[in-house]
Amino acid sequence: MRGMLSVYNAQAVRISDCPTLSVEAFSEVLVREVPGRSRLVALLAAPWPDGSMHLLAVLAGLADDSLSLLAAPVGSQYSSLTPAVTQAHWFEREIAEVWGIQPLGHPWLKPIRFQASAAGNPGPAIGITDFFSMQGEEVHEVAVGPVHAGVIEPGHFRFQCHGETVHHLEISLGYQHRGVERALRSGPDRRTQHYIETLAGDTSIGHASAWCRAMEQLAGTRVSPRAMAIRGIAAELERLANHIGDLGALAGDVGYLPTLSFCGRIRGDALNMTALICGNRFGRGLLMPGGVAQDIDGELAHTLLGRLDALESDTRGAVELMFRAPSVLSRFEGVGTVSAAAARDIGLVGPAARASGLEIDVRQNFPYGIYRFAYIPVCTGAGGDCFARAHVRWMEVQRSIEFLREQLRQLPGGVLQQPMGNLPPDRLAVSLSEGWRGEIVHVAMTDSRGMYRLYKVIDPSFHNWFGLACALRNQQISDFPLCNKSFNLSYCGHDL
Amino acid sequence: MPIAAIIQVLLALLLAPLLPGVINRVKAFFAGRCGPPLLQPYYDILKLLRKGAVYSRTTSWVFRAGPVLGLAAAMVSLTVLPLGGTPAALAFHGDLLLFAYLLGLMRFVTMTAALDTGSAFEGMGASREAWFAMLAEPALLLGLAAMAVHTGSLSLSGMLDGLALADIRGPGAPLLLLVAVAFTIVLLTENARIPVDDPNTHLELTMIHEVMVLDHGGVDFGFIQYAACLKLWALAALLTGVLLPPPGGWPPANMALGVALILAVAVMVGVIESVMARLKLVRVPQLLVAASVLSALALALVLR
Repeated sequence: MRGMLSVYNAQAVRISDCPTLSVEAFSEVLVREVPGRSRLVALLAAPWPDGSMHLLAVLAGLADDSLSLLAAPVGSQYSSLTPAVTQAHWFEREIAEVWGIQPLGHPWLKPIRFQASAAGNPGPAIGITDFFSMQGEEVHEVAVGPVHAGVIEPGHFRFQCHGETVHHLEISLGYQHRGVERALRSGPDRRTQHYIETLAGDTSIGHASAWCRAMEQLAGTRVSPRAMAIRGIAAELERLANHIGDLGALAGDVGYLPTLSFCGRIRGDALNMTALICGNRFGRGLLMPGGVAQDIDGELAHTLLGRLDALESDTRGAVELMFRAPSVLSRFEGVGTVSAAAARDIGLVGPAARASGLEIDVRQNFPYGIYRFAYIPVCTGAGGDCFARAHVRWMEVQRSIEFLREQLRQLPGGVLQQPMGNLPPDRLAVSLSEGWRGEIVHVAMTDSRGMYRLYKVIDPSFHNWFGLACALRNQQISDFPLCNKSFNLSYCGHDL
Repeated sequence: MPIAAIIQVLLALLLAPLLPGVINRVKAFFAGRCGPPLLQPYYDILKLLRKGAVYSRTTSWVFRAGPVLGLAAAMVSLTVLPLGGTPAALAFHGDLLLFAYLLGLMRFVTMTAALDTGSAFEGMGASREAWFAMLAEPALLLGLAAMAVHTGSLSLSGMLDGLALADIRGPGAPLLLLVAVAFTIVLLTENARIPVDDPNTHLELTMIHEVMVLDHGGVDFGFIQYAACLKLWALAALLTGVLLPPPGGWPPANMALGVALILAVAVMVGVIESVMARLKLVRVPQLLVAASVLSALALALVLR
C-alpha cells in the first residue's frame, strides 16, 4: 500500500524505516483503509528513538494479505479515530489510559484496565466508572462479578435489562492486570519466557510462538524445519485441547451432560500428549528463541499417532452426539448472533470471526513457520451464532488432527536449536500467530542497547470482548453464560 | 389412624433424600463417571445442619421464616398422599386442593424470602419461579380434577378406590396416560429439573430455583435442601400412587412396591436429564401450556 511500509509476518525493520506521517494524514489513511480494505491489527503508542511518542498502526490488507506499518508523531492529544474507525475503539482507550494521550471526540472513553499510567499516575479505583444505564419503569440492572460462582477469572458485567431481555451489556475488566508489559520492558532476560508463557495461561504455545519468531527475526536466526514442525504440533495440540474443552463446556451450559463429561476427559488426553513431548501439559518451556527444547523421536511420534487415533474417535462420538441432539441445537441456533458486518466493523478475530463468515486466520493470511509448507484450510461458518462458533471449533479440531497426523508421520530433519545472538538496536518486529482464540500480535521494539524499548502484546481477547457485548444485544439474559462460553475469552490475556 | 399410614409418612421423611442420590447416580452412569455416593444428599443435609448461618443486614424475618415454613409445608403435604395403595394418614373431601396449595405455600415463602434479600439475582429467580408456577398450576389442578371426576372422589386417598386394574387396559387408559404425562412435566418443573431448570449449573443468570436460595446458608439451607427432597418425593408419590391402581395384596409388600415406583421415577428423571439439554427459558412456557392442554383433554374425556 502506498505510503506504508510493507512487511512480512515477524519481519524485523529499522524503526527509522517506518514511514512517518502527520497525525492528520495518518488518520486519513486509516479512515480510508479500515474496515473496507484493511483490518486494524494493532494501534499503539510507542516511544520513538528521538524521544517523542508515535502512534503506530499495523494494517492487514484484506485483498492481498499484506501487512503494513505506519507511524505518526503525537502530542498529548489528537483527534479520535473511533468515530470513523470502530476497530480503533479499544486501542484508543488503552492508549489514553497508559500514555495519557487523549483521543479527542472518542465516544466511549473509559478505562479498560484501571491501570496506572506509564508516567506513574495511579489509575482510578477498579470497577468504578460511569456505566451506561437505562431509565424506565420496568428496566432493571443486573451486576455480575467480579467474583463469580465458578472457578473462573474475575470480571464485571453490567446488564441493562427489560424483563428477561438484555438491551445492553457493559463489560468492565482489569482485575487481572499484572503490569506484564511494563515488566517485559526490562528484557529480554531469563524472566521473559515465563512472562510470555503466562500472558494467557491456556495459550502458552500461541504466545511463545509469536515471541520466539519476533526474537529470531530481530536476531537474524533461522529455525530448522524440524523445530518449526514441532512448534506446529504443539500449537495444534493446544488448539485441540482448548476447542474440545470448549465444546464440552458449551454442552454443559445447556445442561447436556454426556458431551460435557466426555470432552472434559478428552481435553486432558490432548494436554497429556503435549506433556509427553515436553513434560508440561501446557507446553511451557518447549518453545525457545532459536528452536525447541525437546525432540519428538520415532517412538514418541508412534505413540502420539496412536493416541491421536483414540482421541479422534472419542471426540467424534462425543461431539456428534451433541450436534445430533435437537434439544442442544435449539439452544445453540440463533443465540448470540454477530453479523458479518458487525464482526468486520469491530474487528473480531479467531473462531468468533470465522463463525461470522470472515476468512481471518493468521495461518493462512500471514503463514509462518511450518504453516508455510503445510496448509490448513480456514474453517468458516455462516450464522455468527453460538452454533456457528461451536461448529467452527469442531471443524478446526478435525483439521488440526489431520495436520498433526501428517506432521507426525514425516517429521522433517534439522537441528533443534540454533544459537541466538544479541538483538540489534532500534529495530521493530510485528509478529503474528494464530492461537486457539485467534490472532495473537506481539510488537517488539528495541532500544539503542538492543533491549526492549517496548513489548506490546495483543491477545485475541482484546478484540473479542467487545464482540461478546454486542452478541448479547436483545438476547435473553439466561443465555449469557452460553454466549460467554461460545467466545471463551481470556481475562488475563486482556488485562495483561 | 392406621399404623400403615404413619409408617408411610415416616418412610417418606427417611427416604426422600435418597431420590437426588439416585438421580445423580443415574446421570453419572450415563456420563461414564462413578458419581457421588448414593447417600451424599444425607451427608450434605447433616453437614448443613451442623453449620451456623450468616444473615444479610438487609433481610428481615421474612427471609428467616422462608426455609422453616417451606419445610413445614412440604412435611404436611406428605400426610395426604397415599403410597402403594395404602390410604394416607389424612384423607378428606378436597384434600387434593390442600396438597396443591401446600406446594403453592412452599413456593410463596421461598419467593418472598428471595425478594427479601433485595438482590437482583434473587428477584430474577423469584420472577421466573412465579411465571412458571403460574403456568404449571393449571396442569396440576386440571389433572386432579379429571381424576376426581373419573374416580368420583375429591380425596387423593379416595381416588384409589375408584381406580381398578381394569382401568389400565380399559377406557380409563387414555385419561391416565394424559394425566401421567402432564404430572411428569409438573414434577420436572416444580423440582427445578431439566428441561426446565438445571440443578447442576453454577451460573446464576440461568438458574430458577437455585438462584432464589443463594443467600441462605447453614441450617436454613439444610432445611431448603431437605424440603426439596420431600417435594420431589411428594410429586413422585402423586404420580405413582394416584395414577396406578392399588396392587391389592399384603400391605408391607404394597408399600415396598410404592417405594420402588418412586425410586423408578427418580431413575426416569435421571435418564431425562442425561439425554436432553435444557430448554431455552422462553420455550418453557410452551412446555407447561402443553401439559395444561393434556390435563384439560383428560378432563374433557371424562366429562364426555
